Amino acid sequence: MFRLEEITTFTGHNEAVWCVAWSPSGSLLASCSGDKTIRIWGKEDEKWVCKTVLTDGHSRTIRYISWSPCGQYLASASFDATVVIWSRKDGVFESIATLEGHENEVKAVNWSSSGSLIATCSRDKSVWIWEVTEDEEYECASVMSSHSQDVKHVTWHPHKEILASCSYDDTIKLYKEDNDDWTCFDTLTSHDSTVWKICFDQSGSRLASCGDDQTVKIWQEYVPGNEEGVLTKGNDSVWKCVCTLSGYHERSIYDICWNVETGHLVTACGDDAIRIFAEDSCSSKNEPKFNLVTTVTHAHAQDVNAVAWNPKIPTLLASCSDDTTIKLWRIIE
Amino acid sequence: MSFFSDILRDVKDPEKPETLEELNVLSEESITVSRLTGDQLLIHVEFTPTVPHCSLASLIGLTIRSKLQECLPEKAKVDIKIKKGTHTTADEINKQINDKERIAAAMENPNLRALVKECTTDIDDTYY
Repeated sequence: MFRLEEITTFTGHNEAVWCVAWSPSGSLLASCSGDKTIRIWGKEDEKWVCKTVLTDGHSRTIRYISWSPCGQYLASASFDATVVIWSRKDGVFESIATLEGHENEVKAVNWSSSGSLIATCSRDKSVWIWEVTEDEEYECASVMSSHSQDVKHVTWHPHKEILASCSYDDTIKLYKEDNDDWTCFDTLTSHDSTVWKICFDQSGSRLASCGDDQTVKIWQEYVPGNEEGVLTKGNDSVWKCVCTLSGYHERSIYDICWNVETGHLVTACGDDAIRIFAEDSCSSKNEPKFNLVTTVTHAHAQDVNAVAWNPKIPTLLASCSDDTTIKLWRIIE
Repeated sequence: MSFFSDILRDVKDPEKPETLEELNVLSEESITVSRLTGDQLLIHVEFTPTVPHCSLASLIGLTIRSKLQECLPEKAKVDIKIKKGTHTTADEINKQINDKERIAAAMENPNLRALVKECTTDIDDTYY
């Protein structure tokens, strides 16, 4: 019997909590909210507590937060059109840079696997790539305007310098660096409405997406010369939708996250539920099959906005909601 | 309770002195109520803009949502749509007024918030 058991609830934010992010070591959880603050949660004497509140970084809703791969920096994206970089030294967070350039709400920010690049996206339809210099300077390296609408999310491949974005224009786009500039090399269409979130699996050859059409889609990478005979162009891979999970969610799906260890997919949905899907044992690469293994119907009192697996403890999950709370969950098998 | 007569009846039009009911933008028939599997209330509102190119349709949508969220007795899911065939860019506006991120950002805009407040404040309240 597979189920999720609630461990604890964090209260403290005064408005909707939009995002939760575990530090790379798994010891700290950061959360951000419509109350314009970031909270850092951690364990003290076996008890989870709010260790610090970052209040002076943004003037509007903080939509998304992301840790650098080394765990020393936190980036926050806000509706105030900026991204703030926070440096953690001796447990104290200090804002060291503000990335300005987007015309309006910044929706997401993420670090590349090496930590040397940052990607941001905005309602202004653009995706920006920033280079991190050795003396903690952040310089814009490229602005890509491939989407025709609001860009909802950007995320990096787990070990290559390949970037993916998804949008209100219903598409997902993939980018790579080409002759010193960044270009879009593939556009994935299949969703019928806004794509809220995309997430690579550990190998980077699979991408999961979710959106307003209440479906989850799994995309498979096919490299040039693949044995399946899927046509590719030049040196670029192509991505094909190989699985659609529909009929499970009753409202928009706002977040999806692969478990690095178990491969389980967890979703955050506007129907207040958290769902976990596991790949079937007779699943195949070209026609994967996923089964719903558990649903927590009233995981939160309102929309669940984000879910995040702990990077070190594969049975530990964090979620956050419009109900202003954050919850920790444990998988019981 | 009737969500229409108890909550939405007195919502005003953003640019005219009349209420949305008086302008036939909303009526009792505009509201459909159901429940999700988890028993959460789902309110579906379908409104008719006064003219097919009405530039304030998205503001009307925001106003209806704001009023419902403020006055509903329990937390509910709300879908707001323009009645089919009554607006030239209905699909575009429907997408915008049901996108929670766009709604949250719009409600942080002081000018928009003031406009919404003006349309949703009961006439009686303004004297106190």
